[in-house]
Amino acid sequence: MERIPILKMGTYLLVSIQVDMHDQLAMQLQDDLTTRIAATGARGVLIDISALEMVDSFIGRMLGNIASMSRVPDAETVVVGMRPAVAITLVELGLSLPRVRTALDVERGMELLASSIAAAERDDDLADR
Amino acid sequence: MTSQTADSLPLTSSEHIVVVRQAVRRRAVELGFSLVDQTKIVTAASELARNTLMHGGGGRAVLEIVCDGARRGLRLVFEDKGPGIADIQLAMKDGFSTGGGLGLGLSGAKRLSNEFAISSAPGRGTTVVITRWK
Repeated sequence: MERIPILKMGTYLLVSIQVDMHDQLAMQLQDDLTTRIAATGARGVLIDISALEMVDSFIGRMLGNIASMSRVPDAETVVVGMRPAVAITLVELGLSLPRVRTALDVERGMELLASSIAAAERDDDLADR
Repeated sequence: MTSQTADSLPLTSSEHIVVVRQAVRRRAVELGFSLVDQTKIVTAASELARNTLMHGGGGRAVLEIVCDGARRGLRLVFEDKGPGIADIQLAMKDGFSTGGGLGLGLSGAKRLSNEFAISSAPGRGTTVVITRWK
């Protein structure tokens, strides 16, 4: 069956969407990621959408769902590489993705994940004292 | 105003939404649409194609190149023979959905187009026509 690959690197899960996804494929990715976050105890999820030529309300909802669901087992999701034309169109469509953190590229996305995980761990340490 | 039919595509599975998106992209590129305008019409097409499939029980999409004087544009027709829409005004509202989605399909597609028309009646199916001019 057709699937978007999920790569594990240390405490991170990395996904790069390189195809024009039909709806079932998007749903499959959402399910697979949720399962993998729980199975691996990952703390950060990075989704690269730089190859996506459009994000409609279905894909937008999927990105929002992944971000919300990853938060339950204490992981952070960041979406990177959204093309400017896609971002402009999303605003006009009426989709603001309020719960999804974004970064310009993979490098900045990884920095964002690392710093938010470090901040969460500091908070845990303080709470333990 | 003159028009020529470019493509007529079936919409009976979610893979067909992708086919429609790609056909719309191709025509928008041919017409010389800017990248932002290409993305807008492709996104609107994706929303409306999904409506035809999910709410209309399937149907088809027709792509037409239209000319009005020197102006050229892309017109998309989405039609189904499904249950129809009882209250179009309500269906056009942001956030209204009967399908468990975000309720942005119709209203979002309208915002992404230059022209938008919808005709529907209970039991008579739904036809949505959008045009984006270059």
